[in-house]
Amino acid sequence: MQIDRRKFLNILLGIGGIGGVLAIIYPVLSFLNPPKSAEPKVNSVKAGLNNDFPANSSKIIKFGRQPVILIKTEDNQLKALSASCTHLDCIVQYRQDTKQIWCACHNGTYDLNGRNISGPPPKPLEEYEVKVVKDEIVITKAG
Amino acid sequence: MKNIGSKLIAWIDERYDLTPVRNLLEHKKVPVHKHSIWYYMGGVTLFLFMIQLFTGILLLLYYRPGEDSAYESVRFIVTNVKFGWLIRNVHSWSANLLVLFAFIHMFSVFFSKAYEKPRELTWVTGFIILIFTLAFGFSGYLLPWNELAFFATKVGTDIVGVIPIIGEPLKVFLRGGEDVTGATLSRFFGIHVAVLPAIFTFFLALHLLFIQRQGMHEPEHFKNLPEEKKKYIPFFPDFALKDLLLWVVVFNVLIFLALYFPWELGNKADAFTPAPAGIRPEWYFMFMFQSLKLLPAHIIFIEGELLGILFFGVAGFVWMLIPYIKIKNKPNWKIQPLALIGIIIVSFIVVMTVLGYLL
Repeated sequence: MQIDRRKFLNILLGIGGIGGVLAIIYPVLSFLNPPKSAEPKVNSVKAGLNNDFPANSSKIIKFGRQPVILIKTEDNQLKALSASCTHLDCIVQYRQDTKQIWCACHNGTYDLNGRNISGPPPKPLEEYEVKVVKDEIVITKAG
Repeated sequence: MKNIGSKLIAWIDERYDLTPVRNLLEHKKVPVHKHSIWYYMGGVTLFLFMIQLFTGILLLLYYRPGEDSAYESVRFIVTNVKFGWLIRNVHSWSANLLVLFAFIHMFSVFFSKAYEKPRELTWVTGFIILIFTLAFGFSGYLLPWNELAFFATKVGTDIVGVIPIIGEPLKVFLRGGEDVTGATLSRFFGIHVAVLPAIFTFFLALHLLFIQRQGMHEPEHFKNLPEEKKKYIPFFPDFALKDLLLWVVVFNVLIFLALYFPWELGNKADAFTPAPAGIRPEWYFMFMFQSLKLLPAHIIFIEGELLGILFFGVAGFVWMLIPYIKIKNKPNWKIQPLALIGIIIVSFIVVMTVLGYLL
């Protein structure tokens, strides 16, 4: 195949040009992608004294960076569930009147075992283990 | 004074030749007919955008992005800075009016078929501007870092995540990480005050250039009139002065709203408190959110949400390409098919928005 001087230079320039553009685009795209911050490895957290925590109430506990909802039912049972709604990530709350877990964003409800019972949530809330050690409530990741 | 002015113009004219500008000012004319009122909607939208630019720059002097400073700086603006409350209220209200007038402008153009050849690209650029306006609204909503904004952003960006393949990386890109955090706030701030204004201004300039090049659209019933029955007013000064009058009216309404209906700041966002009851997006996203809410969790095998988002995405794209879609007129129909489509879309938006506030 005969390639004249002009064509050869054009091809060379084209390849160089594309390479140059890629050399700009790649670092920019990589820059836009946020670096993964090291997830603090949390296996258990303390959530206060059992005696100070009244029945039929709840609180949100920081489990590393995950919010966990700790509930004390009317019959003094402790439940810990992920507080991130499985629908669109809002933080759920315990309703003292209905004794259910409710998400205000799109009216999703879960029972006290975290099962999604009405509204848009597609999955149940993840369960955490709760133990009471010398009156201190300790939440650990199940499994 | 007049002498100095005309001398200055002569000085510029001698060097840069102002003939095109003079021609435009002298010859541009605006048709007068029963639907002339809609010619003013784009101008009002432009006016509100200029107010956004001005008040936005003012707010920028005190606003400090960041998890520990954003909410505090907005509170500082509305409580300590002289007239800070006014500037912030005007910025918030003007944003809402801007979206409202952009929608009115768009639908008036749609129903008068002003997007038809040769104005296809004016429509397309207008639609792009609308999308960026909504992006302005969405990104600006988060900046005060209050509870409502925090959860609205959580939901809004999570919805992006359901799109197949590109959804998840796009979500991480928007949030600046896995969750909505201070990193998200920094990104939204950058997008709101730098990225969007740059892109927006470019498309706005194109949009306005197209309009100046082609002049005002004449609707069908006006075009069919005999030449001697067509009434026009000069763009300058007649139309421009009327425009200005309407701007003054809108400005007064804006100030009234800002004075009597102040924008609440609410509680500071906290990633570890439950979403408060009554949480909802801004009104102009309501129809989409409400539709998504009404969809069942699964439709056949596909997640309801995903189907809803794909639907809105495709519908928006088709809407942008309306000038290139030929829909035949039906001579014996009372309402033409195209107008019918428009009416259905407007009713859908209105009904869904109302439902969103009632349910």
